[in-house]
Amino acid sequence: MDKEISGRDAFGDALVEVGKENSKIVVLNADLSKATRSYLFAEKFPQRSFNVGIAEQNMMGMASGLSSLGLIPVVCTFAMFAAGRAFEQIRNSIAYPLANVKIVGGHTGIICGEDGVTHQAIEDIALMRSIPNMTVLVPADARETRQALRAAIQMKGPVYLRIVRVASKTVTTQEEFIIGKANVLRSGMDATIIACGIMVDESLKAAELLSEENIEVRVINMSTIKPLDIKTIKKAAKETGAIVTAEDHSCLGGLGGAVAEVLVNHCPVFMHQVGMQDEFGQTGDWRELLDHFGLNARGICAAVKKTLKNKKQSKFAGRFTR
Amino acid sequence: MKIKKTDIELLEKKAKNIRYNIIRMIGNRGSGHPGGSLSIVEILVSLYFAHIHHDPKNPSWAERDRFILSKGHGAPALYVMLAEAGYFQKKELQTFRKVGSILQGHPDRKLTPGIDASTGSLGQGFSFACGVALGAKLLKRKFRTYAVLGDGELDEGQVWECAMSSAHYKLDNLTAIVDRNRYQNDGHTEQVMRLEPLKDKWEAFGWNVIEINGHDFREILSCLQKANSKKGMPTVIIAHTTKGKGVSYMENNPDFHGLAPTSEQSIQALKELE
Repeated sequence: MDKEISGRDAFGDALVEVGKENSKIVVLNADLSKATRSYLFAEKFPQRSFNVGIAEQNMMGMASGLSSLGLIPVVCTFAMFAAGRAFEQIRNSIAYPLANVKIVGGHTGIICGEDGVTHQAIEDIALMRSIPNMTVLVPADARETRQALRAAIQMKGPVYLRIVRVASKTVTTQEEFIIGKANVLRSGMDATIIACGIMVDESLKAAELLSEENIEVRVINMSTIKPLDIKTIKKAAKETGAIVTAEDHSCLGGLGGAVAEVLVNHCPVFMHQVGMQDEFGQTGDWRELLDHFGLNARGICAAVKKTLKNKKQSKFAGRFTR
Repeated sequence: MKIKKTDIELLEKKAKNIRYNIIRMIGNRGSGHPGGSLSIVEILVSLYFAHIHHDPKNPSWAERDRFILSKGHGAPALYVMLAEAGYFQKKELQTFRKVGSILQGHPDRKLTPGIDASTGSLGQGFSFACGVALGAKLLKRKFRTYAVLGDGELDEGQVWECAMSSAHYKLDNLTAIVDRNRYQNDGHTEQVMRLEPLKDKWEAFGWNVIEINGHDFREILSCLQKANSKKGMPTVIIAHTTKGKGVSYMENNPDFHGLAPTSEQSIQALKELE
C-alpha cells in the first residue's frame, strides 16, 4: 500500500502517529521542517515542536537538555547537517552522556538528487556508526521507515535514523522492526547480497536477473547498521562464501565497511562493495544518478559475478556448498 | 535581599578552602586547568552555598535547580565545590584524572554525583542548559537553570546560536554567567579574538545583561537575585574576574590555563592560599 510513498512522507505521518501516543515526544527542527515532513507534527502539536532556526549545533545540545527532563526529542534535519555539521555535538552532547535523543537525517545518499554534492550525505552512516552508544537505522522503504521510527522511540538511548527523499517500492514484509535483526528477503546459496536503504530493492532486482542465469543469491535487508546482526552475516558467509554489499553511501566505512569488519574477524570470504567509490556525487535525477554511479541492479549483478569468480578460483572453494 | 557580614565571612572562608584544595588536587595529579578554576570560585560558592536549591544527599532530586559548567575545563573547581557541599567524599578528589576515577578530566554526568551535564567541548553545555530551561517551561516546572561560560568560550559560534534561541523562547528561567577573566588558552581574549563590546553583543541578542565583580560575594548574590525576578528574557551576568585568582604567579597568566604547577610551584601556591 505504501508503493508510491516516499521515506520522508512515511516518516512525517509516523511522527504524528507516535506523537499522539506519547506526549513525551518533542520535535526540533532547523528550518527544514517542510523538507523533512516534520511540519506535520508541528501543525498537530505546536506546543511540542520547536524550530530553532538554521543552527544544528545548538539544536543537538538543546535536544540533550530536553531529554534530561524525560522528554524524547526527535531532531529533524538533513543528514549532511546532522551527522556532518553537528557530528561533534552528537558525539559529545548526545552519545557520550547517553541522551535519549532520536536524530533523523533526511535527504540522504546520492538519491538526494538535484540539490547536488553539498546536500548528498554519503558519509553519514560511517560517521554515526563510529560513535560509541549510537544505534544506526537505515530503513529500506516507507513501510519500514514507519516501523523504524517506532522502534527508535521505544528504545532508550541515542538513535540515528536515515531517511530518504524519494519513493521506492515496498520490499519489506516483517510484522515488527526489531533493532539489530536483519531480514532475509530471498534465499539462495551461491552468494549473498547484504543491502540497506534503497539498494535493497535494487538487490532484489539483481537477484531476479541472476536467477535467470541460474545463480541463486540470498538477499539480506540490513536495516540496522548498528548494532550489526553479526550472526546473520556469519551464517551467510559460511553458507554462500561470497558477499556483496550494496548501499547508497560511500564504500568507506558504511554498511560495506561494517560487513567487511565482521568477515575479517569471523569468517573471511570474498566480498565486493557496491556504493560510492571514494568520490562525490553530482546533480541530477535520482534514478539517473543511481545508473551513472552503478548503484543499480546491473552494478550489483556485476559485483556478484566478480565475487563468484574469486570464490571459485580460491583454494577454499571446497568449503562452500557450491 | 540583605546579606549579613557574618554570612559573607563564611563564604569567603569557604572560597579560600576551595582554592587551596583546587591547587592541591591539580598539583598532586600534575594535570588540570588551574587558571579558569580559580577564577570561578566565588561564583560557585555563591551558587552552591547561598543561592541554588539543591540536595547533595539526593543529586537527582527532580525539582533541583540545574547547574551546567559549560566551561567544562573548570572541572577542578566544581569537583572540589561538590565534595565540599557533600555530593561525594573528599577522598575522591585524590583520584582526579586517574583511570577509573569518577572525576574525569572534564565533567561526566554519568559518573559524578551532582553533575547535570557532560561538558568540556566548548559551547555545548550552554545549548544543553537552553534545552533544560525550555523543557522546564514546557513541563511547567519551577526550577531554574544556571550555566557558567568562559569568555574564551564565547568565540564558539554555537554560543551565539544558543543566545539567539534562549532569547527567542524568552527563557527567563535561565541565568548564564560569563567568567570574564580576559584570558584564554593562547593569550589575551582581545588579542586572540576580540569580544568587546561584550555587553552590547548580549543586549543585541536579546538578553538582560548585568556586569559585576565576579569575586565580590555581595555583588554576585544580589545580581543572582535580580536575574531570578527578570521576566520575559534570559539574564547573563558578565562576571569580571582574575584568571588564576589567589596565586600570584598564576594571576593573569594564560600559561596556567591548562598547565598544572610543578611540585615547587604548588608548595608556593599553597603557602599563598593558607
